Amino acid sequence: MSSTYDQIANIIAETCDIPRDTIKPESHAIDDLGIDSLDFLDIAFAIDKAFGIKMPLEKWTQEVNDGKATTEQYFVLKNLADRIDELVAAKNAGAGTGS
Amino acid sequence: MQLDYFQLIDRIVDLNLDTKTITVEAQVPAASTIFEGHFPGYPIMPGVLLTEAMAQSSGWLLLGLMKFERMPFLAMIKEAKMRGFVNPSELLTIEAKVEHEGSGFAVTSAKIRVGKDLKCNAELTFRTIPFPSPDLRGYMDAMANKIGFPMQAIING
Repeated sequence: MSSTYDQIANIIAETCDIPRDTIKPESHAIDDLGIDSLDFLDIAFAIDKAFGIKMPLEKWTQEVNDGKATTEQYFVLKNLADRIDELVAAKNAGAGTGS
Repeated sequence: MQLDYFQLIDRIVDLNLDTKTITVEAQVPAASTIFEGHFPGYPIMPGVLLTEAMAQSSGWLLLGLMKFERMPFLAMIKEAKMRGFVNPSELLTIEAKVEHEGSGFAVTSAKIRVGKDLKCNAELTFRTIPFPSPDLRGYMDAMANKIGFPMQAIING
């Protein structure tokens, strides 16, 4: 698994006091790990800080509510790691063009 | 302060949207029914009210940064430390700083001093949502005027 996934798993384990070995790439943050919206704020804060990004939680939530995306796309950890990698890449591309 | 109306700050002394900091003042009343119970013969400000004062200070800072388009609601309190007693009639200086602006949430750090003495500090997390009620928005506008919120800072920002 990617180092991004490992970082996320470590953040979740520490933030939510979940044993690290119970967190898997296929784990759904809400359905499997039982993380509620308040705990996810804490996780989002830690992830934003660790990766220097701003996870678009409101946009993701809206897409799920509108039926344009599934929660699995954003909250299964291996998928979340991919989304974060995309955000980091977009940020670095923006920095490279001076925007 | 008007403790019975949960108005815990009196005036904004400084608001800097570039550094994302705010300084406010609050005068603890000389008498309040709260002091009759907290505590008889030894009146001190309850820690929960000091925490609320830090939250309200942070809230005005966030309102400024969000140009009064969204309302912050306290969601989480971390590392709250009550370092010294706050007595009736004391003047509080409350400082808050935004530590992070996330998507739909924000994190601040805040502290309260009396003179040079640090009395308490905390890290606070807020959910931020569009104003859920026009009445609330109107109330916040009125309060902003009352406490001297510098609307010019938003226009210039």
